[in-house]
Amino acid sequence: MYAFDYKKAASLEDAQQAFESADDGTFMAGGMTLIPTLKQRLASPTDVIDLDGIDDLRGITVDSDSVTIGAMTCHADVAASADVKKAISALAHLASLIGDPQVRNRGTIGGSIANNDPAADYPGALVGLGATVHTTKKTVSADDFFTGMFETALEEGELVTKVSFPIPEKAAYQKFPNPASRYAVVGAFVAKTKDGIRVAITGAGATVFRVPEMETALTGSFTADAIADIAVPADELNSDLHATAGYRAHLIGVMAKRAVADCG
Amino acid sequence: MQISVTINGKLESGDVEPRTLLVEFIRYQLGLTGTHVGCDTSQCGACTIHMNGKSVKACTLLAAQADGQDIQTIEGVAPAEGPLHPMQEAFRDNHGLQCGFCTPGMIMSALAMVERYKGEDLDEQTIREELEGNLCRCTGYHGIVKAISAGAKAMQGGA
Repeated sequence: MYAFDYKKAASLEDAQQAFESADDGTFMAGGMTLIPTLKQRLASPTDVIDLDGIDDLRGITVDSDSVTIGAMTCHADVAASADVKKAISALAHLASLIGDPQVRNRGTIGGSIANNDPAADYPGALVGLGATVHTTKKTVSADDFFTGMFETALEEGELVTKVSFPIPEKAAYQKFPNPASRYAVVGAFVAKTKDGIRVAITGAGATVFRVPEMETALTGSFTADAIADIAVPADELNSDLHATAGYRAHLIGVMAKRAVADCG
Repeated sequence: MQISVTINGKLESGDVEPRTLLVEFIRYQLGLTGTHVGCDTSQCGACTIHMNGKSVKACTLLAAQADGQDIQTIEGVAPAEGPLHPMQEAFRDNHGLQCGFCTPGMIMSALAMVERYKGEDLDEQTIREELEGNLCRCTGYHGIVKAISAGAKAMQGGA
């Protein structure tokens, strides 16, 4: 790691002030991506601003039509929450599949979506459920939040504060995990919401995306058979040592069908 | 920068660089070398410790992040003069280790697992899934899984 200054922020204002006074500051949530990145010297911020001390950013609230999760809430807390399991069991299930227990004890929803790793799980849930991302500057729909590989609608110095998920009629997440890292080679999040059917795919492309053909077919008949013949073109999918684009295209169909079946 | 950490029940202070890893502070400044560094890339789990009761990988935390927190390492599991903790005893009885390098991390993960599944059935499948963050490269997992199952039972028996 290159040397940097460390600051533990006590509040959002404190964090933003620290960011503004730094030459090239970076925020740290759980650090599960940032610290490995620093260790490999792939980043060299002058200041690391730790958000862990901002208690307002942590917590889960559930009301009659939505689940709201604070940005600094760790995956283990979402996975174990009886309220989340009851309201959106697919969301708790998704959180339980991220990384491993030690990573889930540190990694946060805010950190995950701000980083927007193409193979991360949470973007699937956000887009699949039509969630709303609340930041220090704006309120933005998940469809507009994830803009590209490791790119989001966040501007310089802007922080995610919480994410609100509308409670769906039914939803399920199925992923084909990389056996070593548990990142999604392909993950499919399918939900029947009051605004219609949503099918979100993570892991396969540069960033999470929806599959409108599947959504239309499922609106006609919410069965795995209804999407059996829908192929997603491999042209723009990721190809790497874990899977070719063609294999990922195939897995999209398999995972989406499993997710529909899992919705019951 | 100056940090203070409660480690195995004892308050310890030290001067660290902001980039000092927690595992480096524990091993090289506090001399508690039971916590191992295996892969140094947050995959193998040999550096697993408990921070505020939760299992975490000390190679992927800054020492600065542990300032003011409560840490437990393998050294704090049982008194130095013995007897062993029931989970340690179970690893010995069930061939849960061979070279022993991964063992401190395995035991810290096992203890976190028992805590998390208190009152629920910690069956073989669950143990295997919960060990996702810990790698063993020599003994193989069968003995480790058996050891955790036996250790969990011994702990629940009030041992």
